[in-house]
Amino acid sequence: MPLDANLDPRTHQFKYVGTRPLRPDGVDKVTGRAKFGADATAPGMLVGKILRSPHPHARIRSINTAKAAKLPGVKAIVTRDDFPETKDPSLKDVLYNVMAREKALYDGHAVAAVAATSASIARKALKLIEVKYDILPHVTDVDEAMKPGAPLLHKDMITDGVDPAPTKASNIAAKCEFGHGDPEEGFKRADHVISRVFKTEATHQGYIEPHACLASVGTDGSGELWVCTQGHFMVRDTCAALLGMDVSRLRVTASEIGGGFGGKTTVFIEPVALALSRKAGKPVKIVMSREEVFRASGPTSSTSMTVKIGVNNAGRITGAFAELRFQGGAFAGSPVVLGAMSCFACYDLEHVKVVGYDVVTNRPKQAAYRAPGAPMAAFAVESVLDELAQKIGMDPIELRLKNAAKEGTKSSYGPKYNRIGLIDCLEAARRHPHYKAPLGANQGRGVAAGFWFNFGGQTCVSLNVNIDGTVALVVGTPDIGGSRASMCLMAAEELGIPYDKVRAIVADTSSLGYNDISEGSRVTFSTGLATISAARDAVTKLCARAAKIWGIPADAVVWENGYAKPSGPNAGNFEPLSLQDLAKKAAKTGGPIAGHYEVNADGAGVSFAVHLCDAEVDPETGRVQIKRYTVVQDAGKAIHPSYVEGQYQGGAAQGIGWAVNEEYIYGKDGRLQNPGFLDYRVPVCSDLPMIDTVIVEVPNPGHPYGVRGVGETSIVPPLAAIANAVSNAAGVRMTQLPMSPPRLLKAIFDAKG
Amino acid sequence: MAKVQVSTTINGDAVSFLCEVDETLLDVLRDRLGLTGSKEGCSTGDCGACSVTLDGRVVCSCLVLGAEAEGREIRTVEGIADGDKLHPLQEKFLEFAALQCGICTPGFLVSSKALLERNPNPTESEIRFALAGNLCRCTGYDKIVRAVQAAAAEMRKG
Amino acid sequence: MVQVTLSGPLKAAAGGRAQLEIEAATIHQLLSRLEKDYPKLKVLIERGIAVAIDGQIYRDDWLRPIPPGSEVVLLPRMAGG
Repeated sequence: MPLDANLDPRTHQFKYVGTRPLRPDGVDKVTGRAKFGADATAPGMLVGKILRSPHPHARIRSINTAKAAKLPGVKAIVTRDDFPETKDPSLKDVLYNVMAREKALYDGHAVAAVAATSASIARKALKLIEVKYDILPHVTDVDEAMKPGAPLLHKDMITDGVDPAPTKASNIAAKCEFGHGDPEEGFKRADHVISRVFKTEATHQGYIEPHACLASVGTDGSGELWVCTQGHFMVRDTCAALLGMDVSRLRVTASEIGGGFGGKTTVFIEPVALALSRKAGKPVKIVMSREEVFRASGPTSSTSMTVKIGVNNAGRITGAFAELRFQGGAFAGSPVVLGAMSCFACYDLEHVKVVGYDVVTNRPKQAAYRAPGAPMAAFAVESVLDELAQKIGMDPIELRLKNAAKEGTKSSYGPKYNRIGLIDCLEAARRHPHYKAPLGANQGRGVAAGFWFNFGGQTCVSLNVNIDGTVALVVGTPDIGGSRASMCLMAAEELGIPYDKVRAIVADTSSLGYNDISEGSRVTFSTGLATISAARDAVTKLCARAAKIWGIPADAVVWENGYAKPSGPNAGNFEPLSLQDLAKKAAKTGGPIAGHYEVNADGAGVSFAVHLCDAEVDPETGRVQIKRYTVVQDAGKAIHPSYVEGQYQGGAAQGIGWAVNEEYIYGKDGRLQNPGFLDYRVPVCSDLPMIDTVIVEVPNPGHPYGVRGVGETSIVPPLAAIANAVSNAAGVRMTQLPMSPPRLLKAIFDAKG
Repeated sequence: MAKVQVSTTINGDAVSFLCEVDETLLDVLRDRLGLTGSKEGCSTGDCGACSVTLDGRVVCSCLVLGAEAEGREIRTVEGIADGDKLHPLQEKFLEFAALQCGICTPGFLVSSKALLERNPNPTESEIRFALAGNLCRCTGYDKIVRAVQAAAAEMRKG
Repeated sequence: MVQVTLSGPLKAAAGGRAQLEIEAATIHQLLSRLEKDYPKLKVLIERGIAVAIDGQIYRDDWLRPIPPGSEVVLLPRMAGG
């Protein structure tokens, strides 16, 4: 749905959009009343626990549950035998990840599950399940997994995207290639060419709330599921398919969610809880422990990347090449395609080629993590650009401006851009006082640009007018960032009534049409667009009511500031009717008044960001401190600026953790060594400075108010911005993340010779 | 396993419960007393989502046994508001958008309330270090710190 | 007639051809014709494809009309986090 022809978001006087009211779910969240995934209970509820493989790679010869079943208090046990094979190829990997079939493919892979009357009995029962494993050699490193002779995970994995197809199976699930022109030609024209290899370690989205759900299946095959998720309709459809239930028989309610960032866009424990409940005939609650979250939910890929870029002395990039090697855990599907498509997306290039390899290893199946694939690839590209800028003595923002993509540029992933805001962001960053602030000893400044696609998707919204003129807004996308407030702002804007008169809820799957997952930075865009349309639908109906009451044609009525009015003196001389008036009369004038809109929302606008980072390095301990950080990002139109700023700051903070400390550490035994917040070190309050934000607004032509997604772009530049800052502070180019003290010290030491 | 009987005070009310000897205070609060405001983020005392005060001192309730509550005074997030009046910290958290998903918010409110009670005029650094035991993954802490500063200023006005 | 550019693995599945000409008025017609002419593309299309028309990316939008003269690029299915 396009930008409103009558509305230029840059000059239009919005009444509610752009303000900062309190969020409707706020009081519940500051008083402890809000109910998250683990906060629900049901009478007769059982506790479910999952038995997990301690081996990174092993054939499961047999599973004997007899002793466990005899333990008093155990009401149900499930294994691979309780999950029938699926004919749907898109669900096969999900099923095999939820419950191991022939092999355990990573340390933590689910092998069996029990439901018992208490947690302690469930834990005892797990210990009584006898699993016979044939241990196999394992591989956890992406480059090692690609080598011929590496331990093979799937005997039928033939690399996709290679012609002719390989004859032997390998751990390379797919190869992809993007770009246009010929980089070799481009390199010939360069005055300077730099090629580097980069590595990043696997990280976890790190949401504070572990996965949790409460499942209740009746003997008639009908079920209810309470779950913290980014997409309860997806959970419903996936679980129904895996359990052989009709979709209409499963009602899923999304609880408040304590963070997702992409990690809750799939299922892990939900099918297990439903299967246990069905078998036991009682509700079953499963809550992952923190250790389980790290070992057995969906971290993002570790990567190995080669980037080669050539520039001429005038600062134009003449050729660009990247080879990305991403491991996505034990199943195909690392975000290497997205990384390959996005890494050069900021630039106007004649010759660009990116090759990507999707590799499997004995690690948990990856899940999306905020702009999947893009942060790692941007780290590599933006680091090389930083080096090249220094090589030719050019300011790093200037170098990017000289090559910046704009409207009409052919992107590195194929289509031409329409209106975009990269140059606006670069110029705003250059103007920002941060860019000129003096630096102290052992300090360095880093700049990086980043891009994300942003998506639309299936969306339904219902808007019901209550008897007192307040409005009930019903959406279907879980609120992961404060979106209910933004929806109410948009509805209030369209209806012309105060924000406080609109209340939004997230409906369960039986109460609303299908909604795609809250991902891809799509909620403010898609649900917002649907909310605006549903409100306009309601307005049309309200005007029709007024017309009936006045006895004039419907098109002779207009809606202004919350009132139905005759469109002109010819239409008649009637007193305006407020939404409240019409609501009071609704029953007698035709019945309830509602608006709704169902759509596959498209036209999401891409967004760009530029980050500035000042880092200080302690050359004796290798400690990195972030001294100053500024995010400049194009939001198209900020509906609720506080929550837009929140996304900018949150993405930057996750990027800081990823760049400086966070990593999955695997031992030689293939087991995860640090499945806890003590040793998987995310940024704490004392690690960070205030994070400045600049909201640039270049309206997206595809949304009535110009909204662009904002949730993901903010995590794309930080890895590079911080690496550039640290490299400049330490005087040595850092090519491996995280730049933890041992790594940084080694790099400084090695450079000294 | 044997159960113990515990008598304690929670949010000003006398409370008595039975719990197993190895049950944590967090388990008791959430599963036996229905006080689900305190959250379990890690159960190893690293994330602070389960923060409560025990005789005025901030503790991770996942590291305290239910039995240890005997004769003590416990305050949880549910006891911060005064009837229908929000505490300045709660008001400022909302005003400053210091929460996005809200799962860490109860812990932060408990910790920052304890901070302001012992230090009514903390510097930014003092706030950051006092809250270093509470993890937030959504906000980057910026708006949380600003909310605490604003609440402190408001409370100093009396 | 629509000029279609194939990106990434789609190009490989069409025998390395980056540019194709197809008669199609909607995305659905375009994809149906491609499936018929290039069987290897059928597998990828079934898995999921995104179509960019004049720079705007559409996922699962079969009935979207393709205006004559527009730039059409076929991309692999994408999702965020």
